[in-house]
Amino acid sequence: MWTLIAQIFPYAIAFTIPLLITSLGGLFSERSGVVNIGLEGLMVVGSFTGAIVIYTLQPIMSPDLAVWIGLLAAALAGGVFAILHAFASINLNANQVISGTAINMMAGALTVFLARNVTGSGNIPIVRGLLRRDVPILSEIPVIGRLFFTSTYATTWLVLAILLLGWYVIYKTSYGLRLRACGEHPHAADSAGVNVYKVRYIAVILSGAFSGLGGGILLVTIAGEFTGSVAGLGFLALAALIFGQWKPLGILGATAFFGLASTIANVSSVIPMLKVIPGVILKVFPYIVTLIALVAFSKSSQAPKAAGEPYEKGKR
Amino acid sequence: MDYVVEMLNIRKEFPGIVANDDITLKLKKGEIHALLGENGAGKSTLMSILFGLYQADRGQIRVNGKDVNISNPNVANELGIGMVHQHFKLVHNFTVTENIILGLEPKRGLSVDVKSAAKRVKELSEQYGLNVDPNAKIEDVSVGMQQRVEILKMLYRNADILIFDEPTAVLTPQEIEDLMKIMRNLIKEGKSIILITHKLKEIKAVADRCTVIRRGKFIGTVDVDSTTKAQMAEMMVGREVLFSVEKPDKEAGEVILKLDKVSVKSNREGVVAVKDFSLEVKEGEILGLAGVEGNGQSELVEAITGLKDIVSGKIFINGKDISNFSIRERINSGIAHIPEDRQKRGLVLDYTIGQNMVLEIYDRKPFSERGLLNHNAITEYAQQIVEDFDVRAGQGVESVARSLSGGNQQKAIVGREIELNPDLLIAVQPTRGLDVGSIEYIHSRLIEQRNRGKAILLVSLELDEVLNLSDRIAIINSGELVGIVDAKDTNENEIGLMMAGIKRGDTD
Repeated sequence: MWTLIAQIFPYAIAFTIPLLITSLGGLFSERSGVVNIGLEGLMVVGSFTGAIVIYTLQPIMSPDLAVWIGLLAAALAGGVFAILHAFASINLNANQVISGTAINMMAGALTVFLARNVTGSGNIPIVRGLLRRDVPILSEIPVIGRLFFTSTYATTWLVLAILLLGWYVIYKTSYGLRLRACGEHPHAADSAGVNVYKVRYIAVILSGAFSGLGGGILLVTIAGEFTGSVAGLGFLALAALIFGQWKPLGILGATAFFGLASTIANVSSVIPMLKVIPGVILKVFPYIVTLIALVAFSKSSQAPKAAGEPYEKGKR
Repeated sequence: MDYVVEMLNIRKEFPGIVANDDITLKLKKGEIHALLGENGAGKSTLMSILFGLYQADRGQIRVNGKDVNISNPNVANELGIGMVHQHFKLVHNFTVTENIILGLEPKRGLSVDVKSAAKRVKELSEQYGLNVDPNAKIEDVSVGMQQRVEILKMLYRNADILIFDEPTAVLTPQEIEDLMKIMRNLIKEGKSIILITHKLKEIKAVADRCTVIRRGKFIGTVDVDSTTKAQMAEMMVGREVLFSVEKPDKEAGEVILKLDKVSVKSNREGVVAVKDFSLEVKEGEILGLAGVEGNGQSELVEAITGLKDIVSGKIFINGKDISNFSIRERINSGIAHIPEDRQKRGLVLDYTIGQNMVLEIYDRKPFSERGLLNHNAITEYAQQIVEDFDVRAGQGVESVARSLSGGNQQKAIVGREIELNPDLLIAVQPTRGLDVGSIEYIHSRLIEQRNRGKAILLVSLELDEVLNLSDRIAIINSGELVGIVDAKDTNENEIGLMMAGIKRGDTD
């Protein structure tokens, strides 16, 4: 049992991390009042950009350095792509769901088209992803060391650091206060002299950068090549956002749950104990739980009140 | 004499309407200056120009003698102008302090320094006698307290010129008195106040001078002490206003609405809001239901209209048991309802006036046939209501309901419900937030319905209104019927006592 848990854990964490950072991106956007269902597409953009940069750089420099440059490029590309969503939903008062859907469709089509031009097939393989390492000293701690600090990716610590920083920004800084006000009551923010448009632009671009980073991390830790999709992880991140009630620590819990449940489902066929349960049930388990959780939470939902509504100054 | 604000010859047009036409307003230092006008007369527009939300098309603004160009609210803030909006602009899940410092956050390193801000808020609150807890969440505090938070917001920004936009519309009588006290405190501390209102009583109580505008035009500025209420009302409406309505004696007829020991659960969990309530409303009478806010009136009305289930008891209309009827069936049985909250229950704000006028009957002929709406029939029907009830809107029946002023929204609802020609009309706070002209008009329409033999249940927190209109008055306290009195042989004192739960005869 113990060895089993110890074996599953690193995989679960690896699966959790891209979800978590993408979900955090969604959190920034929605707390500012802009619904972003384009997370999936933004992840694809990040994954593609990361792949193409790493594919190009790895033959000519240290593979590790190439990976980090690739991740940076992924985040930048996600941020830039998100400007489209920001422009449509903030300046043009477009329906945010439709704009997000457009992002998803465009990202999938555009990246595969470009990938074909580069490699001939729709896929871009990278030579080597990120390596797992033990954290010195901490990995010696009994139990915890084995679970959390053995064979980890550096990106895991990066994302957790960003999460912590994100929590601080949202709850402790003046930008965070304004961000939350814009998501709840933009007219109140406006009459207090806050530039609603600016706050929302920053938030949406951040959400793009985080999602792009999520797509890049997925590429260099789990996927190993760009295939034109991120298998619905962006939507799962969105579910985690709701499950986590739009709170940083909430989404940490929600994504960890998804990560663990999905990993168990994936490895069930090789674990005798779980073999008795049909694979289908394990596979749908996290989604069923999500559905139940969403129904259960729908009454006490903490959703930002103004999320999804374009901000119009003159509206009474 | 020093003027802190001078607005000279201001003009502002909106599509289809001239909101302000050559209006001049001068505010002296240390005075409370009332801005009086009917709903939609252009008061809010004028103040929005001063606060930088709109730009004037023509005219000049001077603050402390200097020409200024107020291009946005930030400029207004810097000039020391602050505004308490009619609809509060507060974030519901923020604390009082967070709402006040929003946009102007004191910092300590990178973090917002909430602690020292809360201390400052507390000091200000004590200085002006506002009694606000800086750490309470907005969603947990009363409407009156929320308003005081809005006032603190201005004081925190060091505003010297305070604009109050119809501040008493949402307050209870007690809260109104507190607000008046606060306003006098503010003047004592050297602030100047512009009070936008259409309530003459309040102008008489606190204001020094009063500027009247009518339909966007400047009528005049008068000294409040030397002007009577009737004179001001006439300036505002443009004709003589009757403060009490003529009501011919009339024998009540058959029972229309009968409540038999009705109990209703509260909107809050676990509490019973209405207990064993029995009542009859007859044709050709207005029955007023008086009570302090929150004593079960809302729940009782919701039970009759079908918005809420009853726990026990029975409701009859024309002798028919409707206790288990759906809302639509109740409307078809002859109930019409002027709801308490016109924006929440009365109108679909993003629909046009035309569409709103057929909300209850869109499925009847001629408004729809074979599942298709007949736009022409709807427009024609709505047009009639808009004309009959003097609903003023920029683009007539095609105006979006949201774009109308509160009074015109209310007139549209009253018109819609009366046009249904119901046996029972339930009017809840039918004149809330309206000017005397509109109040007079709506009152006369209610009386007219009574004279035509309809039954009317009037629920109002304004005692004057209940006493003026009703034939009989039922008093509710903690969800129980305290008693029913004849409007002719009672007075404000007796009803006030009964509203507090003291039964008739108990005082002897």
